[in-house]
Amino acid sequence: MTTFEDLDPGTPIAIPTRPDEARIARRERIRLLIRSPTFILGNLIVGFWVVCAVFGTLIAPHDPQADDILNKLVAPSGDHPFGTDRLGRDVLSRVIVGAREILIMAPLATILGTVVGTAIGLVAGYFRGLVDEVIMRIVDAVLVVPLIITALLAVVALGPSRITLILVIGIVFSIIIAKTVRAAVLGERELDYVQAARLRNERAPYIMFAEILPNIMPPIIVEFTARLGFAIFALATLAFLGFGADPSIPDWGKDIAEHYQFISADVWWAVLFPSLAIASLVIGINLIADAVSQSFER
Amino acid sequence: MSEPAIELQDLEVVYRVRGVDRRVLRGVSLAIDEGGAYGLVGESGCGKTTAALAIMRYLPRNGRVVSGSIRVAGEDLVRMRSADVRRLRATKVSMVYQNPGAALNPCIRVGAQVGEVFELMGVEKGMARQRAQEMLRRVQISDPARVMRRYPHQLSGGMQQRVVIAMALASDPTLLILDEPTTGLDATVEAEVLDLVDGLRQEFGTSVLFISHNLGVIRKMCERVGILYAGRLVEEGATDDVFAEPRHPYTVGLLRCIPRAGVRKDRQRLDTIPGYLPQLGAHLPGCVFADRCGLAKEICHTDEPPLHRVGDGHVSRCHFHDQAADLPRTTPRRVEAAIAAANGGPVVRLESASKTFRQEGHEVRALSDVDILIAPGQTLGLVGESGSGKTTLARVLLGLTSPDADSTVELAGEPLAPRIVKRDPEQVRALQTVFQNPDSALNRRFSVRRIIGRALTKLLGLRGDKREERLRDIAESVRFDERLLSARPVQLSGGLKQRVAIGRAFAGDPRVVVCDEPTSALDVSVQAAILNLLADLQRDEGVTYLFISHDLGVVRYLSDRIAVLYLGRLMEVGDAEAVFSPPHHPYTEALLSAVPTLEGEERPRIRLQGEIPSAAEPPSGCVFHTRCPRKWGEICEREEPPLAEVEKGHFMRCHIPLEELRRLQQTAPEAQKATVSTSEGAGGTN
Repeated sequence: MTTFEDLDPGTPIAIPTRPDEARIARRERIRLLIRSPTFILGNLIVGFWVVCAVFGTLIAPHDPQADDILNKLVAPSGDHPFGTDRLGRDVLSRVIVGAREILIMAPLATILGTVVGTAIGLVAGYFRGLVDEVIMRIVDAVLVVPLIITALLAVVALGPSRITLILVIGIVFSIIIAKTVRAAVLGERELDYVQAARLRNERAPYIMFAEILPNIMPPIIVEFTARLGFAIFALATLAFLGFGADPSIPDWGKDIAEHYQFISADVWWAVLFPSLAIASLVIGINLIADAVSQSFER
Repeated sequence: MSEPAIELQDLEVVYRVRGVDRRVLRGVSLAIDEGGAYGLVGESGCGKTTAALAIMRYLPRNGRVVSGSIRVAGEDLVRMRSADVRRLRATKVSMVYQNPGAALNPCIRVGAQVGEVFELMGVEKGMARQRAQEMLRRVQISDPARVMRRYPHQLSGGMQQRVVIAMALASDPTLLILDEPTTGLDATVEAEVLDLVDGLRQEFGTSVLFISHNLGVIRKMCERVGILYAGRLVEEGATDDVFAEPRHPYTVGLLRCIPRAGVRKDRQRLDTIPGYLPQLGAHLPGCVFADRCGLAKEICHTDEPPLHRVGDGHVSRCHFHDQAADLPRTTPRRVEAAIAAANGGPVVRLESASKTFRQEGHEVRALSDVDILIAPGQTLGLVGESGSGKTTLARVLLGLTSPDADSTVELAGEPLAPRIVKRDPEQVRALQTVFQNPDSALNRRFSVRRIIGRALTKLLGLRGDKREERLRDIAESVRFDERLLSARPVQLSGGLKQRVAIGRAFAGDPRVVVCDEPTSALDVSVQAAILNLLADLQRDEGVTYLFISHDLGVVRYLSDRIAVLYLGRLMEVGDAEAVFSPPHHPYTEALLSAVPTLEGEERPRIRLQGEIPSAAEPPSGCVFHTRCPRKWGEICEREEPPLAEVEKGHFMRCHIPLEELRRLQQTAPEAQKATVSTSEGAGGTN
């Protein structure tokens, strides 16, 4: 008969881990995410607009900038499926090409906001005390003013440019994201692995970025996707209000602004199609955001 | 014999996980007599709670009873319509869960919550409040009217559990299910709650299903006990019989894991149960325990053993039940002699260490003039109820909390800076800790290699191959399979995780390791393995431990000296055996008396009433006088006794002369009125 000489767990008598379980669970989560209808639909919509942004002028049936005064405000027809605008430009082509500007600016602003906001949130949540108080009061102050108003003020003061728009949206987002990150850090810093790191006399940046950050990625990813939708909406609104970065480029918001007075004259196409473009892109991104956040909750 | 209050017949429960049904209960049959108490014992994951939930028909959505029956008062619960199930829950079966804080609604006052139970039974509102008050009185809350006006969070854990029990008993149920009702409570509070349940059981004639992993508690509370393993009842019988003469190797193993009085690290290693619980729903054609059983033979892996009758009402599901007592030990009993510790001064010295927290303008003295010496290679056990300052003391030593200005904290004769950032690298390396909960102590995004490796880099400056080499040494010394070094904590069992945490603490060759309840989150078989490991490491490396635990058996096993803390003050310090045997401080006596033992011996029982007074307003004189069962006289209220050396190396803070204590402690103190007064009930409020 076998005698069990010092068979502590860890010796190969039993399979001591559950690597399969863990890996299966992770794969399962990704599989469920990829299969979820919201995620698929969201990606189809966003994917469509990304294709438009990348190959814009190649796909567009007409030159989006070409005036044709004789054929202005023509209702949708075979040659112009979405009709033409007040200068006779093809609305379909303008909608397709208009995706590029917004799909460059919005992600850049959101990435900026996420990176800066994560850093601020980590610092505030990790150090607590005075640092936290000061940062959080600034956060509150910024949150009182709606994003659009802040952005308008900044654009008026600094002049409209891509950099200004990205900076202003990024900074406002960073403050909102900082709040979320801080809350996650507060829960995390109470865990003993943070104490263990302090007992090795680790420096604060190491603890914040190497130890804590990987553990709070899920809320950051969710926040990023959700903010991306807001960024698109904000940029379109600013363009609508006449604060777009570059007036010479086709832009959904600007096109809506230039044509909404024609609606009373039954010229609906020049407004409807850019509006649908904005709405579909924002909805597509929000569908992805929902699916992602749900997959983390599971 | 009267008809059983509840009867489970061949109960099979499955959980559907990823489209596959996994068997969690494998044909469990048991019966509880009217007014009887039945204990269900087993390690976590063996199906105890599932059984309770099945009886309540509260199985999670993926859980399902596939066959068998649950008969309560003649009705089969499994085939009952949900309306009838609700009626049954309202009148016949009640359950008390492990965490009373989570069982009570935090935003409804206690009175309204207890009253609601009566309203559900159709009692009119005003009357319901009256009944609630009456019920709270019956669970020995002495001023129920005041407690009823409070919110749950304003009550202490023990008080909350009383309220939950009151709610459970409000409907005068036939069966009361208690699922680990005292886990997480202090031993002194646990003793009170257990006494209460026992008393109420007599009073109401309720049958009790008591679920616990604590064998001592089951031993004290239950007439019959069932041992559950991997969803199968492997042994069942009268509690006395099963504990005195276990007939299943699993029961034998469980009982051997527990450190008992007289078993100490320098005399005997604890036995463990090798291996792991089979995976949920694993296909087990033979005996469920065969894979881990030292007696297993061919037949055990192929043929399911029948229920053997081994005594009067005592059954065992083992082919070799008559040999169960001869189960080979899994660890050698003998302990090699310890390397003689280097003589010299104490490695840790705390002198008049105090810590005052400022809270809303109050000064709270969490630690008050504590003097402690720990000799190299020894273990100092630190015991006391929660709130006694154990953790504060550990944090002061580790440099995570800075002590008050006039405190002295020294390591090997060198003063330690109050905060860790000011300590030199040598000192940082020398002091490490093992935390209570490995889930929280290990970064869940890091691999084991990175967790231990980082400590090696940071504390010893090792990199590359040297680091890898040392990493393997450490893995070997904590008996962690090096093939698992790239695993993440989530992939490891609780015991393995704690080994990683211990490995990390030992990475930098520490001189002192603070162990803060390192085994309280673990099952007993794993606990035994971890305690053996800690003892081995101490013997081999000559490391010094400051060992904190509320489990006195564990402390006794590992400690050379023991310090008893109460309200931040040292009440008694001495060699482990001196502290644990009379004469001892009345507080130590009470702590010891609160612990239910496996032997079930009858000892003079001493019950401390209520909770620790607030450290913000400590009682005058001897801080323990408000709860002291041996109060000597008026001097106790007036004058704080000094910490006097009563025997060589044995210090005690008590006015009562040693000889008098010796005489007193041969008899129980006079019975005290067992109600909790309101001032104590308001315990956690301020």
